[in-house]
Amino acid sequence: MEGIVGYGAYIPRNRIKVEEIAKVWGADAPSYKKGLMLEEKSVPSPDQDTITMSVEASKNALKRAGIDPIDIGAVYIGSESHPYAVKPSGTVLAEALGATPEVHTADFEFACKAGTEGMFVALNLVKSGAVKYGLGVGADTSQGAPGDALEYSAAAGAAAFVFGKKNVVAEVLDTYAYMTDTPDFWRREYEYYPQHGGRFTGEPAYFKHVTGAARGLMKKAGMKPQDFSYVIFHQPNGKFPFKAGRKLGFSKPQIEPGWLVNKLGNTYSGSSPLGLTSTLDIAKPGDHILLISYGSGAGSDGFILKVTSRIEDVRNLAPLTRDILDQNKNYLEYGEYAKFREKIRKAD
Amino acid sequence: MTTPSRYWREIPQRYRGEANSCEKCKKKFFPPRLICPKCGNRDLAKAKIADKGKVLSFTIIRVPPSPFKDQAPYAVGIVELKDGVKIMGQIVECDFKDLKVGLPVKIEFRKMFKEGHSGILCYGYKFVPDS
Ligand SMILES: [Zn+2]
Repeated sequence: MEGIVGYGAYIPRNRIKVEEIAKVWGADAPSYKKGLMLEEKSVPSPDQDTITMSVEASKNALKRAGIDPIDIGAVYIGSESHPYAVKPSGTVLAEALGATPEVHTADFEFACKAGTEGMFVALNLVKSGAVKYGLGVGADTSQGAPGDALEYSAAAGAAAFVFGKKNVVAEVLDTYAYMTDTPDFWRREYEYYPQHGGRFTGEPAYFKHVTGAARGLMKKAGMKPQDFSYVIFHQPNGKFPFKAGRKLGFSKPQIEPGWLVNKLGNTYSGSSPLGLTSTLDIAKPGDHILLISYGSGAGSDGFILKVTSRIEDVRNLAPLTRDILDQNKNYLEYGEYAKFREKIRKAD
Repeated sequence: MTTPSRYWREIPQRYRGEANSCEKCKKKFFPPRLICPKCGNRDLAKAKIADKGKVLSFTIIRVPPSPFKDQAPYAVGIVELKDGVKIMGQIVECDFKDLKVGLPVKIEFRKMFKEGHSGILCYGYKFVPDS
């Protein structure tokens, strides 16, 4: 049965703490930390972007997949921070991996849901027999406007998944998509920073679509929360995934292995996919995992996975996600962070 | 100024370390050569450079060429890879005080430079400490 053959993560080593951002804007750090359940976030170096992180995450996925990259027939990166406005990110990735020229490539965009969209399409092309292997990547170097609540959480990271029919580490038993037109978060062309609908991003946006997708998928598959060892929800902040879990009847221990946001921030298209990598890092053969993404605009993709015994053989062929997150960190001051993120206007 | 066509020609080397090797002399060439300089063999096999190695020598660039001006100061080093290939490249994610000969490093895919505000983005390999 088709599923994930290899998975990989990449997180830049730079971090900035909530306190460091709050002191610049005269904000109250303890209330932000409590309100968002967030301590720090990842920041890309100036020479890193969605493309470079996608390459590193995909190399890790290939180490676990153990396949010849020339057999990859589809390469999809989902991101809201593709480095070019016109010119695909996926061509660079496919070339860096050695998957060209017989490969189908497209860039996906759907706020924070673009990563699971790429995964959804790659998986279904494998399922249909159109390609032998398909690569789906979620990656972002998200930007929040200086001083905006989003600045505390907008982070950087990537997760990559190779889908195939043989030697899978996790079978994909079922998928689901749930969406409506909901303007909770957007960025117009030529605008540098996104805008959002404040509290409107909660109930009618995140919670409606996340719970709608989770309920719809479980009904379709004839499963209930107790049937899953783990669940991963999109993580725009620390609180939302736990609240969604409570609404649906999931417990904290089911959520925690994939809950990275308190030390990582919201990696947008990389968010729930990175949570899936850290969950696969600790899952046992036979475990069922539910993955529910969320992208503003708005919609959720859902996946039900069943872990196979191959997970034990490949897990340690690439860095574990919690190790990448916890080790070798480099803390930035706000000035360095503003320089790294090109928030400072320079002369030419 | 790097033109898109020159950048494009070097993509196989810059993106995925494409090399070649002489099977007779057991020697790897990077960038790839047409002829083995030692035995004259023209039938060279496709190869890839190793992705890990150690620093042989390094320097800190404080007055860089213009495409790299925003990156200065930065470290450039010669690295001996595990397959014996010696290549030059930037060493990033490393405090200058921690740089030393023999430092284990690995290759990471990074943005090398941007062509101003509207030109192409140039990608390639850099070295990061291999912890
Ligand atoms: Zn020779």
